[in-house]
Amino acid sequence: MKIPVFIACLSFGLAAIAGAAPRAYDFNDPKGVNGIQFSLDSVLEPIVGTASGVTGTVHFDPASPAATTGRIVVAARSLVVPNATQAGHIQGKDWLDTATHADITFELVKLTAVSTKENETTATATGKFTLKGVTKEITVPVRLTHLADAMGKRVPGTQGDLLVVRGEFSIKRADYGIQPGQMEDTVNPLIKLTLAIVGSAPKA
Amino acid sequence: MPARSPSHPIPHRLRLPLRACSLLLVLVTVGFWAAKGAHRGWSQHRVPVRKIDEVTGIVFTAYEDRFVPGVEVLAAGSALAAAIFGATFLLRASPTRPNPTS
Repeated sequence: MKIPVFIACLSFGLAAIAGAAPRAYDFNDPKGVNGIQFSLDSVLEPIVGTASGVTGTVHFDPASPAATTGRIVVAARSLVVPNATQAGHIQGKDWLDTATHADITFELVKLTAVSTKENETTATATGKFTLKGVTKEITVPVRLTHLADAMGKRVPGTQGDLLVVRGEFSIKRADYGIQPGQMEDTVNPLIKLTLAIVGSAPKA
Repeated sequence: MPARSPSHPIPHRLRLPLRACSLLLVLVTVGFWAAKGAHRGWSQHRVPVRKIDEVTGIVFTAYEDRFVPGVEVLAAGSALAAAIFGATFLLRASPTRPNPTS
């Protein structure tokens, strides 16, 4: 009698562990909502644009958010600003040089100062940020919102969870070889980046 | 036909129409700029529109392909008008014809 009970407990335990394992959230959003917004002060008005070509995967477990890992990739060519001339300059060799450096990436190394209340987790994300071929370690305050079984509300006929990642941080453009020391009196040396992206993990 | 000075090919009688044109150009430029939203930044070739994803609450930016003139359009129209207006001062008065009766 003891052996079947042990096996049952083991099976239950393994199932629980399997159920609690981090799930992969795909950030290639079918509704095209994902975007990284950037802003830098300039003469006359701030230069504000959006990069919408977001892909990548984040492994997240709502029972253990501190163990979150992942990598977000943004296609540099997807970056747009309202003014066509400015868009050309930003994509050009002197600025982002998107012909050579196609991707902007953030690879999560660790989450610290993790605090979870209901379905929302706030934390400090430390990761490797790569822009224009230059990689630097940065820390970003992030907010993760886990929306269980919400996938079908966005894409009818599907089932699964959603993970919303929000964050805001600034970088020095000179650190990434973007016009270092140039035009600092007309274009702010700091670039503010705001991300609000959603990933989905379909249920098997 | 009055004789034209080679350095002043535009006849003096065009002075008033040119000034009227320059005034009209200013009015059209300002009117176009105001009608398209009086945008006080640079011209926009695509216009950002804020939208919200109701399920996630994400506020995202979509772009509409339309042109909104900025201050440089206003400046260019005004500068052209000013140039035309200024050019009218370079026009020399037409030489008076000799009076055949005198």
